[in-house]
Amino acid sequence: MSVTLAPKVDAGTRVPAAPRKHRYLVWAVVAAVLIVALTYALPPFRNYQLATVGAYLCVTAGLTVLTGLNGQLSLGHGALMATGAYTVAMVQEKLAGRGQWTLLVAVLAGIAVATVAGGIVGLAAARLRGPYLAGLTLAVAVVVPAIASTFDKTFNSDQGLSVYVDPPPLALGATFPYERWQAWLAWAGALLTVFLLATLVRGRFGRALRAVRDDEAAARIAGVNVARTQVLAFVVSAACAGLGGALFAVLAQSVSPGAFPISLSLFLVMAIVIGGLGSLAGAVWGAVLLVALPALTHSLTELIDVSPAVAQRLEGNLPLALFGITLIVVMLAAPGGIASLRLRRRKA
Amino acid sequence: MTALLEAEQLTVGYGAAPVLHSVDLTVAQGSITAVLGANGAGKTTLLRTLSGLLRPATGRVVLDGQDLRGVKVEQMVRRGVAHVPEGRGVVTELTVDENLRLGGLWRRDRVDAKRALDEVYDLFEPLARRRRFPGHQLSGGERQMLALGRALVGRPRLLLLDEPSLGLAPKVTAQIMGLLRTLRDRTGLTVLLVEQNVRSALSVADTGIVMSLGRVVANADAATLRDDEDMRHAYLGF
Repeated sequence: MSVTLAPKVDAGTRVPAAPRKHRYLVWAVVAAVLIVALTYALPPFRNYQLATVGAYLCVTAGLTVLTGLNGQLSLGHGALMATGAYTVAMVQEKLAGRGQWTLLVAVLAGIAVATVAGGIVGLAAARLRGPYLAGLTLAVAVVVPAIASTFDKTFNSDQGLSVYVDPPPLALGATFPYERWQAWLAWAGALLTVFLLATLVRGRFGRALRAVRDDEAAARIAGVNVARTQVLAFVVSAACAGLGGALFAVLAQSVSPGAFPISLSLFLVMAIVIGGLGSLAGAVWGAVLLVALPALTHSLTELIDVSPAVAQRLEGNLPLALFGITLIVVMLAAPGGIASLRLRRRKA
Repeated sequence: MTALLEAEQLTVGYGAAPVLHSVDLTVAQGSITAVLGANGAGKTTLLRTLSGLLRPATGRVVLDGQDLRGVKVEQMVRRGVAHVPEGRGVVTELTVDENLRLGGLWRRDRVDAKRALDEVYDLFEPLARRRRFPGHQLSGGERQMLALGRALVGRPRLLLLDEPSLGLAPKVTAQIMGLLRTLRDRTGLTVLLVEQNVRSALSVADTGIVMSLGRVVANADAATLRDDEDMRHAYLGF
């Protein structure tokens, strides 16, 4: 027997079936082709900015899965990036000059170290909620750069370490611009990250993540191991942050505590909120903003005719102010973030 | 008949004051047992203890000969115990389909999990029509179906139902009660049903347990309870 409440609706109103499995792969390939085309069109500095967006995207994508889909707020992802970045610097120093492959090893090591660090934080985080979790992760953001500053033998204190990166492979031509190579590296990492995350969150893991976020009791009754899901979310997110940090080390060719301040962690959270919490498209918007807003303030301060001292101070503080204003405007106009605007228009 | 579930000397409380006092209980395999009683009698607490959400201070719960002490809530579904809590426990941000799939998430047998999902859609027509609707857009009756459906996707042996009739139209309640009986007959499902709605609960139940102030005061055939006028007046209010 079956239970019926309302008259049947004809089959014509049925919602279409789930999208095909290979859709994300197609997206990734299309995006890769577009990025490569773009790197040939852009001047070197723009390519460097594009590369930075790619590196940020690894982090924001991972963070939006943790915070948006699993409901765990992390104010310490900048520090997890730092662990990835320092690992790359140290591995590259050991292996320098042996060929392009060392970079892959170094980046993988960076991801591994960040993953372990994230696992440790995640184990503690699974027992904490709301403000306590924010406090713990904030402490991580404070402590990690401080560790780098303190141990001057290993981490060379505030000066940090330089990162050896090979020139682009000769196979690409002797005059292949370095910035284009950087953009390719960063976006290879970014597209891989987004592809893997999209696949992961669409399936069973994604359902468990969201069930835990929305209703822990209901999730447990349905057989979901809440603590394990939360730790896993942290581990996945930390691996992404590690990759992002590793790519930053490669782009800047140096790492220092100053590159991973607390404000970086805060910017990351603001970026995913503005972009649209829990949405990978929102993570892309967030990564773009993280590069575009500081660049915009730089142009603005150049327009205004002020003394160099004032200009310097403005440049230090304006990005934060602009980010704050953007956050307020977006929250008022589109509480679901930039990514939700597009959706709403499509539905209307 | 063999006992599927046995509770021995359960004493449970929130903080210092116990809510259940040395409760003994036996649920026969393939039976429908109604747990009846006034507000505050300890019915929900009993169900929450049986499903592992609450830890008893003393006593133990035995399922099919196995002691359930120390078994986590999320492990209970793997042992065949499904709990549909009061207020339904639907994850409102997830769609109907996602909620149902959540119920089968832990299962290794993906093929049968899919089959169970299809069966639930056959069983609950309104859910099939609202597959892609988020839980918060469902009506009370649909939510109840969803919670019940999610429990069934796990193919439980024992279904713990807390007030399935809460806020539902009598007609829908009757349908759900009829469904429980069908499931019992067809699959051998054992049901422990907490209800305020005594008439409708006793109409499907084989046995009834009457609770008052944290103790079991009667444990008898549903028919006997229906006909026992003193009992009805004293504890069941009709």
